[in-house]
Amino acid sequence: MNSRIESLRKKTIQKQVAVSHERAELVTSFYKTYVGMDKSIPVQRALCLKYILENKKIFIDDNELIVGERGPEPKAVPTYPEICLHSMEDLEILDNRAKVSYKVSEETKAIYKEKIIPFWKGRTIREKIFEAMEDQWIDSFNSGIFTEFQEQRSPGHTAGGELIYRKGFNDLKKNIGQCLGDINFFNDKNGLEKQEVLTSLDIAADALIVFATRHADKLEHRARGEKDFKRKAELENMASVCRRVPANKPETFHEALQYYWFLHVGIITELNPWDAYNPGRFDQNLYPFYKKDIENGTITRKDAKELLCCFWIKFHNHPAPPKVGVTAMESNTYVDFCLINLGGVTKDNQDGVNELTYLVLDVIEEMRLLQPSSMIQVSRKNPDRFIKRALKIIATGFGQPSVFNTDAIVQEMLFHGKSVEDARIAGASGCVEAGVFGKECYILTGYFNLPKILEITLNNGLDPRTKKQIGLKTGDPENLETFDDLLDAYKKQLEYFVDIKIKGNNIIEQINAKYMPVPLLSLVTQDCIKNAKDYNQGGARYNTSYIQGVGMGTITDCFSSLKYNIYDNRRVSMARLLDALGKDFKENDILLHQLGQAPKYGNDNDDADDILKIIFNAFHELVTGRPNSKGGVYRINLLPTTCHVYFGEITGALPDGRKKGVPLSEGISPVQGADRCGPTAVLKSAAKIDHLKTGGTLLNQKFLPDIFKDEKGLQSLVHLIRSYFKMDGHHVQFNVVSEKTLRDAQKNPENYQDLIVRVAGYSDYFVSLTSALQEEIILRTAHTDF
Amino acid sequence: MPENPYVFKIQKYSIHDGPGIRTTLFFQGCPLSCHWCHNPESRAESLKINKEEMDKVSFALMEEIEKDLIFYDDSGGGVTISGGEPLSQPQLLFRLLDQCREKEIHTCVDTSGYGAAGILLKAAEKADLILYDIKLIDEKVHKKYTGKSVDLILENLKQLSRQKAAVRLRFPLIPRVTDTIENIGRVIVFLKENTIYRDIHILPFHKTGEGKYLSLGRKNYMKDIQPPYREKTAKVKKQFESNGFNVAIGG
Ligand code: SF4
Repeated sequence: MNSRIESLRKKTIQKQVAVSHERAELVTSFYKTYVGMDKSIPVQRALCLKYILENKKIFIDDNELIVGERGPEPKAVPTYPEICLHSMEDLEILDNRAKVSYKVSEETKAIYKEKIIPFWKGRTIREKIFEAMEDQWIDSFNSGIFTEFQEQRSPGHTAGGELIYRKGFNDLKKNIGQCLGDINFFNDKNGLEKQEVLTSLDIAADALIVFATRHADKLEHRARGEKDFKRKAELENMASVCRRVPANKPETFHEALQYYWFLHVGIITELNPWDAYNPGRFDQNLYPFYKKDIENGTITRKDAKELLCCFWIKFHNHPAPPKVGVTAMESNTYVDFCLINLGGVTKDNQDGVNELTYLVLDVIEEMRLLQPSSMIQVSRKNPDRFIKRALKIIATGFGQPSVFNTDAIVQEMLFHGKSVEDARIAGASGCVEAGVFGKECYILTGYFNLPKILEITLNNGLDPRTKKQIGLKTGDPENLETFDDLLDAYKKQLEYFVDIKIKGNNIIEQINAKYMPVPLLSLVTQDCIKNAKDYNQGGARYNTSYIQGVGMGTITDCFSSLKYNIYDNRRVSMARLLDALGKDFKENDILLHQLGQAPKYGNDNDDADDILKIIFNAFHELVTGRPNSKGGVYRINLLPTTCHVYFGEITGALPDGRKKGVPLSEGISPVQGADRCGPTAVLKSAAKIDHLKTGGTLLNQKFLPDIFKDEKGLQSLVHLIRSYFKMDGHHVQFNVVSEKTLRDAQKNPENYQDLIVRVAGYSDYFVSLTSALQEEIILRTAHTDF
Repeated sequence: MPENPYVFKIQKYSIHDGPGIRTTLFFQGCPLSCHWCHNPESRAESLKINKEEMDKVSFALMEEIEKDLIFYDDSGGGVTISGGEPLSQPQLLFRLLDQCREKEIHTCVDTSGYGAAGILLKAAEKADLILYDIKLIDEKVHKKYTGKSVDLILENLKQLSRQKAAVRLRFPLIPRVTDTIENIGRVIVFLKENTIYRDIHILPFHKTGEGKYLSLGRKNYMKDIQPPYREKTAKVKKQFESNGFNVAIGG
């Protein structure tokens, strides 16, 4: 790491995260002053973005090579009052909470009080959503049956495709012009709507070009005053890069990176889409530029690496937007889920690992930053040394990169009906969600609490926590005579809640389609221009909505325990179990011990794993293929982020012996500590899920550091990965820190400020996590070699 | 996992008991009583398996073994039969080796060498690789630390060599017991004079058995002994290497 990178890295790590009111203030002024009744909503939104980008502060850091900040300076995070509005209490909590705080200045608080809150109260998307939801939805939401993704952030989960590396915004504007001309007002009843959308895209293109030009101007100005000869040349060069992109298609490695970065900042300024934005198949998209520059001798490997490091720092400068309605206790994360994809296959199905792939891995290892996240795609075509190189980074214990199965992703995409070329340029974004980069709008709509629904079933539709009858009356469980009767009751409840969720989702999708178009995101997502439709209206080539099942391990062990103890062996009566559940197993150690003897998921035991398949299929059949309101369909994912902790908090004691409040199992990992037969058994169990029917599953494996120490251990991990992927596993990630280290970090957090661990689909600072999450990570069974 | 009195533990994802990713079966019963034994629970008498039980037990074990086939195939692994002392239960040992061979599963037998020559030689024919412990040459010392004479072990190894059996030698590096320059020197001389084997794996002593001694209420001779220093292990490695051996650390 050279001194430039070292100082930039230090700066971005040490800088305190703060809330910036800049964007909120500009948006408010815009809507107060400029919005005429004569403009359509898409055009309003585009003009609003343009207004922000024309007026926001331009920040250029000393010595940086890639420019563009969303806030007035690094780590100053804007808010999005048109989506959700922070109250004064929210701002106080953000300012003062111990973990993951966002400093809020007195000035910001005053502006919020006087300007932002009075204008936006009653006008946000969040309020529209809650108003539009029916009582059943509200009850289920409050009970913790599901969460709602779009209540605080706009639809996202989108990664950039290859389009921007082939076309400049001027080229896209030309396409827009053609499509405008093609609108057939004689027989197209949506002609006007199309015209408005296309116009909005055109304005959005101008908006970003203006933003880049403003940077060019400022850079030139800086260059004129710069004494240092070397820096002066750099500034001049950067200015000329900003003059060229995004207006024109990039020609050099530097231009390609800067182009993407402007777009990234533009998209996360336009709105706060989930998972920010994402450069997608990074090494695939950037390699041609790298190759050309190296061959022409216009860049050295060292220069390229330095540019990449500067690029990495930009991601780290952009923490996730702060939530509203949070409690002081509730932790959060600064991670905004941008996930760099490396490896996999090329469009024509060849090994995609190239020289740049390894260079980026070097950068990941050296930068060791929380953001961006990174992953490797492993296809059978990729060489072992690629996996080993990644494992050596994983071994350093910072939870990156995670490991994905390209061959499974391709099949998942084909199963969804995508073309084979599109399938090959797919990848994973966010935690583990698979999608066709640049061509698919795949929206996560909310986590779905599978074990809670069993609790509701065992209480004949009543939620014991809220004391509300939120589910169906499927009967007193004591009268359910067979295991199948119980399963049927569960499936009925499941269907009932899935329906509530999907109905709500469709309404929310339409709210976003109508009130919150995203012209810039639409501009770069194919085929929004061709379809003359916004991203939020179904303009993308593929439109998928996901519901994410949480607690697969827990629900499997619960049913396994019910089957084994109550129905098959009649060791425990339903009445006794229900009584114990109600008392949270107080003074019931004998029963707990009995329940614990049932087969458990994660041990390659078919008795348990067959139940897993039943639950998976029931969920899959209820969701997959249902139409969403964008012309696409619903699918399922199995991932929790940190929601298994929240869902655990609001779920009572369960038949597998889990006590009230304890986190549910995470992703498709077994219940914490339930797997006793080592990693091969876990992988075998996990592979019994039909991964190809999902859009992503998340498996967390904790290993002690020893295994990474010698060649044999590393090689064995390569084999574990290959075997799991042969069985069509979607994803696996490794947490490599010893329990001793983690315990010590709990006791002496001050010594472990930079300790990064894998949480669930992303890494985070260990000391930032709530103690419940810390415990859970420590509890995940550690595998060692024997 | 199947429970039976013949196999006291099944360990999946073993990567230090032969090549690749393996499943290790630990047979009950061992005639020796090494001070450093990491499986003290194995030392109960081994039971003789009767014919009726054989089918049932071997079927259940094979079922468990075959669960990890995909990992064996990818890594070049297989099954390791360890213990205890596998040679103490020849019927079950042979049955499993035969069944694995039929299914093309690679097999290792991890033995102390203390068993009837006939059984050992037959096992060597049926298995793909014998993992053979060589600990101490001096008769007195061997008796002191393992409870039995060393003669049979050395004689058996000579026979394996004559039969040109595939053998991987394993040298447990036990501080203050096997780690003396003198003992290592004698091991080297013995191997060179009497066997064709020049590959040896050093297994540094580790303390994973500690908890078991506590829970079994057995005397733990190794309580105050620490695992060998890395430098010590390297030194021993050198001593073997300078005498023409190929040395690896670990299984
Ligand atoms: S030969 Fe192995 S199992 Fe037997 S006592 Fe010695 S160390 Fe233990």
